[in-house]
Amino acid sequence: MEEDKKYYTISVYTENNIGLVNRISTIFLKRHVNLLSMTASESEIEDVYRFTILVKMTQEKVQKIVGQIEKQIEVIRAFYHTDEETISQETALYKVKSELLFDEPQIQNIIKRSGASIVTVNKKFFVISKTGRRIETEALHSALKPYGVLQFTRSGRIAVTKEAMNISEVLKDFDDID
Amino acid sequence: MSKKTRITGAEAVIRCLLEEGVDLIYGYPGGAIMPVYDELYKYQDKLTHILTRHEQGATHAAQGYARTSGKVGVAIATSGPGATNLVTGIADAQIDSTPMVCITGQVASHLLGSDAFQETDIIGISTPVTKWNIQVTKAEDIPAVMAKAFYIARSGRPGPVLVDITKDAQFSEFDFSYEKCKGVRSYKAIPKTEPQSLKDAAALINEAKKPMIVWGQGIILGEAEKEFKSFVEKTGIPSAWTILGVSALETAHPLNIGMVGMHGNYGPNKLTNECDLLIAIGMRFDDRVTGNLETYAKQAKVIHFEIDPAEISKNVYADVAVMGSVKTTLADILPFVDKKSHDSWLEEFYAFDKIEQEKVIQEELYPSKEGISMGEVIRNINEGTKGDAVIVTDVGQHQMMAIRYAKFVKSKSNVTSGGLGTMGFALPAAIGAKMGAPNRQVIAVIGDGGYQMTIQELGTIFQNKTGVKIVILNNEFLGMVRQWQELFFENRYASTEMTNPDFVKIAEGYHIPANRVTERANLADAVKTMLETDGPYFLEVCVEKENNVFPMIPTGASVSDIRLS
Repeated sequence: MEEDKKYYTISVYTENNIGLVNRISTIFLKRHVNLLSMTASESEIEDVYRFTILVKMTQEKVQKIVGQIEKQIEVIRAFYHTDEETISQETALYKVKSELLFDEPQIQNIIKRSGASIVTVNKKFFVISKTGRRIETEALHSALKPYGVLQFTRSGRIAVTKEAMNISEVLKDFDDID
Repeated sequence: MSKKTRITGAEAVIRCLLEEGVDLIYGYPGGAIMPVYDELYKYQDKLTHILTRHEQGATHAAQGYARTSGKVGVAIATSGPGATNLVTGIADAQIDSTPMVCITGQVASHLLGSDAFQETDIIGISTPVTKWNIQVTKAEDIPAVMAKAFYIARSGRPGPVLVDITKDAQFSEFDFSYEKCKGVRSYKAIPKTEPQSLKDAAALINEAKKPMIVWGQGIILGEAEKEFKSFVEKTGIPSAWTILGVSALETAHPLNIGMVGMHGNYGPNKLTNECDLLIAIGMRFDDRVTGNLETYAKQAKVIHFEIDPAEISKNVYADVAVMGSVKTTLADILPFVDKKSHDSWLEEFYAFDKIEQEKVIQEELYPSKEGISMGEVIRNINEGTKGDAVIVTDVGQHQMMAIRYAKFVKSKSNVTSGGLGTMGFALPAAIGAKMGAPNRQVIAVIGDGGYQMTIQELGTIFQNKTGVKIVILNNEFLGMVRQWQELFFENRYASTEMTNPDFVKIAEGYHIPANRVTERANLADAVKTMLETDGPYFLEVCVEKENNVFPMIPTGASVSDIRLS
């Protein structure tokens, strides 16, 4: 089974509702599935919100879970996509001692090569930001580790899909039936 | 009704209920819901409130009411423990798709999150077991929320909704007006039917040599009994039912070939793995129905008529999914299906039935042993009611016996806890069932274990003179667990034997006429007296202690491995 598991990005379009995070996460909890990340934001449509959830599981299971998410009253539509079907990004922040910038010339090369940017520098520390795919933020983390990383954090995945979502049409469809 | 429009949130709750056609609710008062109870007092000529003896009883009564009346059941409780006591009934309604609206009081909004007295996060707690839930902190939101609550509870695949209202929202005043909910933007109650799916389904049905129908509660919830019967009779397909589907087609119908599942009938279980087409209608392939999915109907094509898209291919792959309300889809497919009979295939079911009759049923209904069997109690009830009664059951051996052997002549005649298997369900559910169908005989068949989980509802029956007949099948055991201990745990009867009180005295303490039968010779008369007595009646039947329910599909086994002993 393990080899059938893949990363899937689940995109959930919803009405704004306070309890919805709980309602969606409980569906994963019931099936003992770990959420690798979950991000909520506005979507391209006014008053419609979008959850982006990253999971690793079999297609059969993700399909059932998405069906059960979609069934929730305030969920407009839910989709799942493989990595190949999405364009996704994560942002990582790395806090490093400032003296390393001067003592370890390699650090500057690492930053340059990785395409990361420096967010802030002061006498004590500086903060690097790297946006990209998981593999890229992880590579930078590994490169910096030997020099000492004071703090590391990474955001959840955000993703857009290559195929159209057509949420406006889905909403129109809801309006039509009533 | 008062014409004034400026009213409190509490009065608005009552006015909303009246707007939704509610005239009966179940509940239990307490601090955070007192403003609503104060309004209930003022509106008591229009809205009857039944005080149960526990909030769980209120939910089960509301469920029983919903199941026999087809309307939305309503339960009301206070915050904290009042709200948490509703949870079992809500979970039961969720898994059995029962339309119910629960209203809970909540601490004042400025106290939310402060661990105030009787504060509990009932929204968080009830989220996994409700179709929808919401907390209201402003009086002016009450009408729209209540309208939406009723719409969601009753539409599509029905289910429970919880509305939590803070005490300050109940007290504050606003200008009331009410508009019924006609739709929710993100919610499609009934999915569209693809015309092609009807044609594909009809083609499979017309070419099938050994088709079999398994129907569920969807027929009853969709009020599609007539359409279903026409479909069954035109196609001539042998039809079996899940526990919640029973009574949608009369027991005596020649194409009704019995129950599927763990304690279902021999033929339909065995032949599930012989049919070439399995037509599932308004059912969800629960594990108690399918046994091991790896060996379930693998040889058959599957058509699934279903209202809930999330059920399609959830447990059993559907070759054709016919989405929509079965009332519509079964009517729409009728012109496309050929009129047929499947006599020799039907004979195969009858042949298995003959074996089951000889090896199981005959002995259960007419025992040769001295002790009274559960089956013969049900047979006596059948003889008295001629099948025209609502049978309410609890959970366990008596439930399986009642469902297996009760005869039904009309729909909405069985109320049981199917999916959740809630012991303690029957007594309060019977109260609601009787109030939902006041002109029908309502008989609650309960085991001695489950009875004692909600026995306090005898008080509700006594106070309201609710005419339910209570039949306790007393084997002084938690019988179903004991059966499993005997079969799978080498007779280690861990905590299943019970020393019971004098049930007759307890009933009499509530001034309910009561009788006890210990010998077969007295059984028929005792049942007759019970059925002829006006108002509530209690009958305890002391049955054989260690009888088992057969047939049985052991957990994880294939439906074709069903055991007769």
